[in-house]
Parts: sequence; structure tokens; C-alpha cells
Amino acid sequence: MFEAYIFPILLVTGCGLLLSAILVVAAKFMAVKTDETYEKVRAELPGVNCGACGYAGCDDYARALCNGEKTNLCIPGGDKVSAAVSTVLGVEVADVEEQFAIVKCGGNCNATDYIMDYEGVKTCAACNSFYQGRGSCSHACLGFGDCVLACKYDAIHIVDGVAVVDKSKCVGCGMCARECPNHLIDIIPATSKVYVSCSSHDKGAQTRKVCKDGCIGCKKCEKACPSGAITVTDNLAHIDPKLCTNCGVCVGECPTGAIKAYQI
Amino acid sequence: MEFAKNMMVILLTAILAENFILTKFLGICPFLGVSKKLDSAIGMSAAVIFVMVIATAVTFPIYVFLLAPYDLAYMETLVFILVIAALVQLVEMVLKKFMPALHRALGVYLPLITTNCAVLGVTMLDIDNWDPSVSFGTSFGNALLYSIGAGLGFMLAMVLFAGVRSRLDSENTPKCFQGMPITLIAAAIVSVAFMGFGGVVDGLFQ
Repeated sequence: MFEAYIFPILLVTGCGLLLSAILVVAAKFMAVKTDETYEKVRAELPGVNCGACGYAGCDDYARALCNGEKTNLCIPGGDKVSAAVSTVLGVEVADVEEQFAIVKCGGNCNATDYIMDYEGVKTCAACNSFYQGRGSCSHACLGFGDCVLACKYDAIHIVDGVAVVDKSKCVGCGMCARECPNHLIDIIPATSKVYVSCSSHDKGAQTRKVCKDGCIGCKKCEKACPSGAITVTDNLAHIDPKLCTNCGVCVGECPTGAIKAYQI
Repeated sequence: MEFAKNMMVILLTAILAENFILTKFLGICPFLGVSKKLDSAIGMSAAVIFVMVIATAVTFPIYVFLLAPYDLAYMETLVFILVIAALVQLVEMVLKKFMPALHRALGVYLPLITTNCAVLGVTMLDIDNWDPSVSFGTSFGNALLYSIGAGLGFMLAMVLFAGVRSRLDSENTPKCFQGMPITLIAAAIVSVAFMGFGGVVDGLFQ
């Protein structure tokens, strides 16, 4: 009776109790301390892991915040996250400088065309490594949408063969800028409304041949600008956002329409 | 010489002739779930080898000294599962405390293999292959060797299938076969291919 029934039951119960006792003791001895503040701060961050703050992802930034880093570095999170993190850490709220992305290429289907019928791997990175891409201009937007895939806010799309940023959705995290193999995307302050939509350093005549909307380096904008914010170097105009007052004079002066503006 | 031959027979049987995934069809869940990428496949197999060896090391003596002498062989399944589950929890805690880097690499797979039938299968097959007339030391060594071989066979199958799956991804599969159907068919074909190893061990060590 004991041998056949009671002993096995005792054995299994005894095994179970012994093992759970070992586990409980082990859990006490080998508990790894987790920092509570770190968990709370990390919960406030958006979790996009874009690196705009300068750290390797949200985990890393949360760790830096616990060690006293500035709370206004998260661009996608904006003022909301900065306020939340400041509340958790008990520090003063600092304003976040809002930014957004612009695509420095206006070479859509009307302005330029392709020099080849590309049948390879349909990504911008692959196309760019094949004879500098399929556009007539070697600095052109390739239109396969590597940037579209990188964006987590649905703020950039390929329209008419060129990437276009939706300013209302863009948070300025910079992930699209990192993906573009031609480095066509710039992140500029949200207060800037005027930008140059060309990245070509080719001479004026060459640019004119390949694209209707390209910058030819004629310097009419540089002469017209009242604040000296726009300069032409190496056949390409460049606007300094710190000096630009969004007056829009350069937009009117540009003969090719390479300088574009959001509603001024 | 006899010892080395014995070792080779056990290892080759466990890895090739009676591969745990492709011949015995144990542990198919991680095989189909984790074999998509090569690094996760290797990580998972490393965790499985680790758990298989430790589980054998603990359950084999329990059977030989606690269950067999008291005619409790029928309790094998219950007691083994209890021990393996607690053991894996303990291993995870130890890893987290003393080897955090290893825990970050393998730790996510440990809960997945706690009740994996391949791990329970290894421990139970060790018992099936146990010869009570041989000394405990030798049979314990053979059992450990068998579990190492089982883990290596698991790793071989996972790595091979990760390669097959990455090839499958770039093929034009018909719509109704895409995803799990073509994966299962491919796994079946790989399994049939492994049947070719059936006579390897007997042939080599006649």
C-alpha cells in the first residue's frame, strides 16, 4: 500500500517542493537590481530608435537621462516627451527645437527622365551602385523609396518619381536622411520655409541639359537676397537657415524654379 | 580504440542517422519558428545544446537511483518534466546574474525550450538506451554524449534549413503555397534527404 501508492505521491510532491524552494532561494540570492527611474524614463520615450538625440536608440538616451542629460534632445517626441521626461526626473522643462526633412531634388517626371530601363533589385541603394543610378542627373532622386520604408510617421512618399515630404506629419527624426544613398535629404528647422530643391554640383549647361528644374549656379538669388542667407558654391545654391528670413525674393528670381517654398 | 569507436557510433547516430528533428520529428516548433535567420538559428541551437546536456546530467541519475530501484519507472515523464522546467528557470537566473552578455544573447530562447519535446525526448531516450548491467560511470558518460550529439544534430538541421529558407524567400512561389505550406514541403524534402544517412553508422563501423 505504502510502496505502491503513498511513496510515489510523496516522491513527486517532495520533488516539487524541493525544486520550488531552490528556485525561491535562488531568486532571492541572484536578483538583479533594476533601476526604477530608468524604467519610468524609458516608458516616456517614443521608442522609434532613430538616433536624432545623438544616442544609440531610446534605451541609450534613457540611460543618459538618468545620468543628467538634457531632456530636450528627442526630436520626434517634441515638447510632449520633453515635458513628460522632465516631470519624471524632476528637472525644469526645456523647449525642443522642431525640425523637418526636405528633399533636395525636384527632378520629377516633368523635369527630367531616365537614361536606362533598370531591371535590377528595386532599391535606391542597389540602383545607385549601378552606374550612378538611372536618372539623367547623377545626383537625382532614384524614386525606389528607401526613404519611404525608413519613415515610421508616413511622412514621405514618392510622387511622380521623386520623394516628397509631408510637412504636417514629419517630426524631423532623420531616419530618411540616413537611408538616402545620394544624401538628398536635409533636416532643417521648422521655421524655415524656403529651400533649394537641387543637389547637383554639375556646371550650369550640363544641369540644364539633364533637368529642367536644376540649379545652374547663375547667382541671381545670391545677388537678390537682402539678408545674405543664400550663397552659391560649386554651381549649387545653399540657404543658411539661421540667416534666412523667409522673404521669398529668391524664389521669384530663380530662372529654373530650383528654389521652392512652403506657404510664406 | 574501443572507447573512441563507441564515442563515434553514439555521436554519428545522434547527429546523422537518427537526427532529432529530421528523423524523429521532435522539436519541430523551434525548427519552423526560429530557422528564418541564420544568427537566431545558431543562437537557438546553442541554447538547446546547453539545456539538453544539463537536463540529461540531472535526470539520468534521478532515474537510476530514485525511480528504477523502487519500480517507479512509470513516473518518468512527470518527474522529468518537473525537473527540466525548474532547471531551465534556474539556468536563466544564473545566466542573468553572472553572465549578462550571454543572457542577452540566448536568454530569450530559454523559456521557449523549457517544455520542448526534443529536450524531454533526449532524457527519455537516454533511459531507453540505458543498459543496467554496465557501470554507472560508463552509462552516464554515454548518456551525456548522446545528448551532446542530439544537440549538435539539432544545430545541423536548423542551420541547413535556415539556408534552405533564405533560398526560398527569393523564389517565385505560387500564391497558395507562400509562407508555411512551402516551408513544410521543403522541410519534408530535407527530411527525406536525411534518410540517406540511414546506413551510415552500421556501414562505417561494421
